[in-house]
Amino acid sequence: MIGQYSYFRAVFWPRLARNRFAVAGAIVVLLMLAVALLAPLIVHFGPNEINARAVLDPPSLRHWFGTDDLGRDVFSRIVYGARISLLVGFVAAGIAVLIGTVLGLVAGFYGGWIDNILMRVVDIMFCFPTFFLILAVITFLRPSIWYIMIVIGLTGWMGVARLVRAETLSIREMDYIMAARCIGCSDRRIIFRHILPNAVSPALVAATLGIAGAILTESALSFLGIGVQPPTPSWGNILTSGKDYIEFAWWLSLFPGLAILITVLAYNLLGEGVRDALDPRIKR
Amino acid sequence: MTRYLMKRILMLIPLMVGITLITFSVVHLAPGEPVEMQMAMNPKVGKEARERLRKFYGLDKPLAEQYVTWVGKLARLDLGRSFSSDNRPVRDKIAERLPITLALNIIALVMEFGLAIPIGILAATHRDTWLDKGITVFVFVGFAVPTFWLALLLMYLFGVKLNWLPISGLHTLGSDSYGLLRYVGDMAKHLCMPIMVASFGSLAGLSRYMRSSMLNVIGQDYITTARAKGLSERVVIYKHALRNALLPLITQAGLAIPGLIGGSVIFETIYAIPGMGQLFYQAVMARDYPVVMGIVIIGALLTLIGNLVADVCYALADPRIREGRGVQ
Repeated sequence: MIGQYSYFRAVFWPRLARNRFAVAGAIVVLLMLAVALLAPLIVHFGPNEINARAVLDPPSLRHWFGTDDLGRDVFSRIVYGARISLLVGFVAAGIAVLIGTVLGLVAGFYGGWIDNILMRVVDIMFCFPTFFLILAVITFLRPSIWYIMIVIGLTGWMGVARLVRAETLSIREMDYIMAARCIGCSDRRIIFRHILPNAVSPALVAATLGIAGAILTESALSFLGIGVQPPTPSWGNILTSGKDYIEFAWWLSLFPGLAILITVLAYNLLGEGVRDALDPRIKR
Repeated sequence: MTRYLMKRILMLIPLMVGITLITFSVVHLAPGEPVEMQMAMNPKVGKEARERLRKFYGLDKPLAEQYVTWVGKLARLDLGRSFSSDNRPVRDKIAERLPITLALNIIALVMEFGLAIPIGILAATHRDTWLDKGITVFVFVGFAVPTFWLALLLMYLFGVKLNWLPISGLHTLGSDSYGLLRYVGDMAKHLCMPIMVASFGSLAGLSRYMRSSMLNVIGQDYITTARAKGLSERVVIYKHALRNALLPLITQAGLAIPGLIGGSVIFETIYAIPGMGQLFYQAVMARDYPVVMGIVIIGALLTLIGNLVADVCYALADPRIREGRGVQ
């Protein structure tokens, strides 16, 4: 493990720090986390504070991003929406990466019929338009943020499984795995102590990109009214009212969308940066 | 080639079985029975009526038996009847919606490739210049734009501000009385924005893919040879490199299908296009489970067919694949 640690300090961090896009992404990611955590300190209005005298006000010094159809401050709703979006992103991507990593490790390590079956399941899952599958499952459940996270996670693990499997296949053949076997390590120990730490990089990248994907999916679901339910603010459901008032209130559509765009962009840039920094074939 | 085709078609069978298994489990393992959904609308329905309905849908039988019955019906393209008040066969409901969704997605796919290929080539041939960097930025932003937000922005810009394009539906009211040319023109106007949105979805990913595929080919020895014998850069790129760089894109066309079909829910709902995506959304909102399951199955089968067609095209274009030698 000491070797790992110094690798990260000597190679990974400097490489990542030299990638301007990745650094920008990381800064935005941290900033968004801070906004989500410190939401009550940032806003002047409650996210659900209705004001009948300020309905659909355009952006002003008082309401930076304007107000919505109930006179609620859009800036506050976006700031509080960050909590929901990031929570969904983290949990859903976490579930997907967890399932994908475990199945990928098992498939790659054991090979044979286990590998064959697992990879066929991956093929089958890839056949479904993911968005259809998510909507179909949600048809049978009450719309709730927890179901959404679970469903997004359950439909997003296949890519991770393939990547981790490929990594595991090459690691499995290495001498140190043979050595571990010779001294009588159990399969479980070999998989989780010896293979996992070396196969973790594709999972790490997938997790970062997965957060971005999950935020996009959640916002689309909420936009369609099947995701996070009002009055809880989410970037997607603010846009729903944006659609209804598109002719009079552009700010209702513009700002929540920008929030999604910037956040997703930041996670993607960070994820790509991590991938490049971990890739030994790229020399910079 | 025949052997390759046979092998590829045989491989579909387990995939199809898997698709039906997963779809079936989604319905039957999810908490709450389909009948409950129908009942929830009407609290007055008594216990007896509930039992009768369960029997009617065969829900009182063991799961394995239900699965076999369901697959049997599916094989005869019998998708059951809709729960909505019109009670029509799901097959008919989907059949009248499918053509418009397919047409939209095929046009979008063509647009996507028509744009992604030149963008990818430009980025690859101008590697590390400002042009390449600009395209990279565009690609990253493209990845991050939520399609439904893009749809809203376009609606605001072209529909509300500039008033160039109609913002919903397929036809103008009363367009039935138009002459053919005007009728088609009217429809084309209505389809502009939906197609823009649909093709934007994977444009970013595709052009990035084209770029790396092109760079990969340009780095190979035969390109160096072509340059060494003094061919002009244009001939090298467009005659020698392009054809090989395009090959892996065929697979990408197949892979783009689930995304396009899934995305049709979003743009058809926003632009009020009476296609399969809109039907799906309405069915989800009304908990019309036979329609939901029917469309999920159809969506998966379309993906399967799309992938098959893409693989066969690839094999036709590249002898290395059909003879099982693999690339490189």
